[in-house]
Amino acid sequence: MEKVAEYLKTERAQEWRAELRKSLKAKERTSRERVEMLERDPNIRNKNIEEVNLGLTEDMALLEAQRCLDCPNPTCISGCPVGINIPKFIKKIDAHDFLGAAVVLKETNALPAVCGRVCPQEKQCENNCFYTISLKKPAVAIGHLERFAADFERNSGSIAIPEVAESNGIKVAVIGSGPAGLSAAGDLRKLGYDVTVFEALHEIGGVLKYGIPEFRLPNEIVDVEINVMREMGVKFRTNFIVGKTAGIEDLKAQGFEAFFIGSGAGLPRFMNIPGENFNGIFSSNEYLTRVNLMNAANPEYDTPVLSGKNVAVIGGGNTAMDSVRTAKRLGAERAMIIYRRSEEEMPARLEEVKHAKEEGIEFMTLHNPVEYFADEKGRVNKVRIQKMELGEPDASGRRRPYPIPDSEFEIEVDTVVVSVGVSPNPIIPSSIPELKMTDWGTIVVDKDTMQSSIPELFAGGDIVRGGATVILAMGDGRKAAAGMHKYLQEKVKK
Amino acid sequence: MNKIVEKEFFSENVAKIVIEAPEIAVSRKPGHFVIIRIDEKGERIPLTIASSDNEKGTITLVVQKVGVTSAKLLALEEGDFIHDVVGPLGKATHIEKVGTVLCAGGGVGVAPLLPIVEGFKKAGNKVITVLAARSKDLVILEEQMREFSDEVIIMTDDGSYGKKGLVTHGMEEVINREKVNLSVVIGPAIMMKFASLTTKKYNIKTYASLNTIMVDGTGMCGACRITVGGKTKFVCVDGPEFDAHEVDFDLMLSRLGAYREQEMEAYENYLKTVQ
Ligand SMILES: Cc1cc2nc3c(=O)[nH]c(=O)nc-3n(C[C@H](O)[C@H](O)[C@H](O)COP(=O)(O)OP(=O)(O)OC[C@H]3O[C@@H](n4cnc5c(N)ncnc54)[C@H](O)[C@@H]3O)c2cc1C
Ligand SMILES: Cc1cc2nc3c(=O)[nH]c(=O)nc-3n(C[C@H](O)[C@H](O)[C@H](O)COP(=O)(O)OP(=O)(O)OC[C@H]3O[C@@H](n4cnc5c(N)ncnc54)[C@H](O)[C@@H]3O)c2cc1C
Ligand code: SF4
Ligand code: SF4
Ligand code: FES
Repeated sequence: MEKVAEYLKTERAQEWRAELRKSLKAKERTSRERVEMLERDPNIRNKNIEEVNLGLTEDMALLEAQRCLDCPNPTCISGCPVGINIPKFIKKIDAHDFLGAAVVLKETNALPAVCGRVCPQEKQCENNCFYTISLKKPAVAIGHLERFAADFERNSGSIAIPEVAESNGIKVAVIGSGPAGLSAAGDLRKLGYDVTVFEALHEIGGVLKYGIPEFRLPNEIVDVEINVMREMGVKFRTNFIVGKTAGIEDLKAQGFEAFFIGSGAGLPRFMNIPGENFNGIFSSNEYLTRVNLMNAANPEYDTPVLSGKNVAVIGGGNTAMDSVRTAKRLGAERAMIIYRRSEEEMPARLEEVKHAKEEGIEFMTLHNPVEYFADEKGRVNKVRIQKMELGEPDASGRRRPYPIPDSEFEIEVDTVVVSVGVSPNPIIPSSIPELKMTDWGTIVVDKDTMQSSIPELFAGGDIVRGGATVILAMGDGRKAAAGMHKYLQEKVKK
Repeated sequence: MNKIVEKEFFSENVAKIVIEAPEIAVSRKPGHFVIIRIDEKGERIPLTIASSDNEKGTITLVVQKVGVTSAKLLALEEGDFIHDVVGPLGKATHIEKVGTVLCAGGGVGVAPLLPIVEGFKKAGNKVITVLAARSKDLVILEEQMREFSDEVIIMTDDGSYGKKGLVTHGMEEVINREKVNLSVVIGPAIMMKFASLTTKKYNIKTYASLNTIMVDGTGMCGACRITVGGKTKFVCVDGPEFDAHEVDFDLMLSRLGAYREQEMEAYENYLKTVQ
């Protein structure tokens, strides 16, 4: 920790940063308004899949970068799970060195264009910014600036391919190509390992591809990063389910010496209420997979999806927001969120809730479905819902919802998307009975090295945390790569 | 990309397709299936692995043409490639020596029944197979079934081949004649429903292999879910085989029809493009 503080101090003391600090009075910095992201018109964007956020212009980025005070004690960094040197990258922007800013980001974050778009910044870096803590003003728009620098680099056509150490010939396997797997693979390759990523689906990217929609995270952005990894020499095998196509033991026999498991939390939960298996009721995973991975909304593709007139999405997380906004884009006249707590408790990113409202999504908070009904063909046509009220906070610190007696009523729906959470994917654990698991089906790991109860197996991301975030998954991947490196080097010495 | 190394039509709408998939060939067991996607715009569909050859590194699928994807697959030739093949998926059939096994297959279910018939026979059981179809020209895989069955009974709705009657008639004939220890039924949901009611009457343990609509096949989406014994199960990971007497076949029937309109429209459009 001390070493980090020391490093930040030396960095901050550099002349260019001292100059920048002097160039503008703190008062002037703090009296500025926070930039507003440019967005597509809500009534146009809710009919297409183009990205909602348009980014910042250079001028906007420069103005926003000036707001950052380059604090002597940059508390923002402690809010970032991968510890991005935030003032340094922002001051690079301030100094017009946009490519330099991207380089700073990539020191610790393999996918800044992704994180700038999907991190819940208001709970992480921005929540710990001096503006939020001490000035009670809107935080520096760290996420927007991160996106700006990463997009600038990508659009400049001169994406830096990270340096790769000389090959050491040691084969390692990464299982799952979500953010956890990708960041582990990148780091391991940089250290000179012969890395193969195994992915069950036909596309690389995990939730970034099959879950998060185009209008929030265009696939192209993820693909650019994956191509960088290909150029670094990372190998990818799609359509390969470890534990089914071949097991860990088979891979060991093929010479793989260590494994990173980043298989995610892919198992959708249902509420187990009557009628939940009627046609027209989807898990959010199915609904989003059909649209995002299989392109079901595009008539040129073979996979179908049911596009409803009255769509109810159950839940209040990012997944629920993505589903309900997707439903709107597929032509729903009425697309609504049904959530059992109040808006304050919603786990979704603030920006997604705001965007959803602008796009005409109805919010029925403090409501909970209790039963579904169907027409004679088995297609859902009604949902019975119950009103809720909030009681005392529960173990998670959120106020617990209670049903209000005799408050039930029915509304017409023809499509329902159940988005009440996911459980860890059980395929790998069930193929390795000796692997130590928690009661919740997550893999037990050492929190510093991410090593599991089996020395050559490491794990991270949602398979360790349950449903979490992209950046936490990436942080785990990096930690695990370091842990694997240490383990393998010690093994080589023996 | 997986290469088609052999293709042979068994009847107008049913063909055997042998594809290169060395890893799957080694890992598969009877009852397992794969999910394939023909091209970049294709849909992911599940198909049972009928057999495999470890040395050649191939797996064999038996495919019946029912809609766009199966038609596109049957239109591919030897030497062509299938874009994606993933597997083996599902739980393997629990095969053991139990005595006499009554296998019943109808329609799309005859193909996935084949490896199960083979498995039970090789485990030393007496295997009696009932194949049901609407008419003579829709009877498929008879020869292959005979190879691994002690007896094959053919039932046709119109009596144009074998005996006239439904699959359940053929099954009851056997049950009334001799002791059956286990039954396996695969076919359209409606057929499985009645076959299952029949064996329930005689208290014969019965497995049904469910052919629900699937997307990923790894438990990620829940498209394949079904109610078994009052609980929701995912066919791709908890199945495809379940205790037939516990399965809610009416629900399954309805879920299979979820996309019928789109499927029919797509098939008509497809037929126009190939003409
Ligand atoms: C719709 C949606 C929206 C979200 N929005 C946000 C957001 O805005 N911000 C945010 O921070 N987080 C968001 N999240 C959460 C975030 O996406 C996840 O926390 C993150 O993706 C977890 O990364 P991971 O690498 O652990 O797993 P995943 O991204 O789930 O990737 C796991 C991969 O492993 C593969 N796999 C599984 N088993 C095997 C096997 N046996 N062999 C080979 N491959 C296997 C899977 O197919 C998958 O591709 C969202 C999640 C969803 C579903
Ligand atoms: C585990 C499993 C194993 C299977 N094994 C085989 C196999 O070995 N050989 C084989 O030919 N088929 C098999 N099937 C069925 C096969 O997956 C479907 O026939 C295929 O998905 C149809 O796709 P399509 O685009 O050609 O037709 P679609 O256009 O999707 O469907 C056309 C018609 O077939 C019906 N249908 C659609 N899907 C199914 C289904 N899963 N089962 C029954 N009827 C359906 C539809 O209701 C529609 O009327 C299996 C299915 C499962 C779940
Ligand atoms: S990665 Fe996420 S938490 Fe870290 S600085 Fe960027 S937006 Fe903030
Ligand atoms: S805390 Fe806020 S103002 Fe201070 S360095 Fe970090 S981003 Fe800049
Ligand atoms: S096919 Fe997606 S969970 Fe079974």
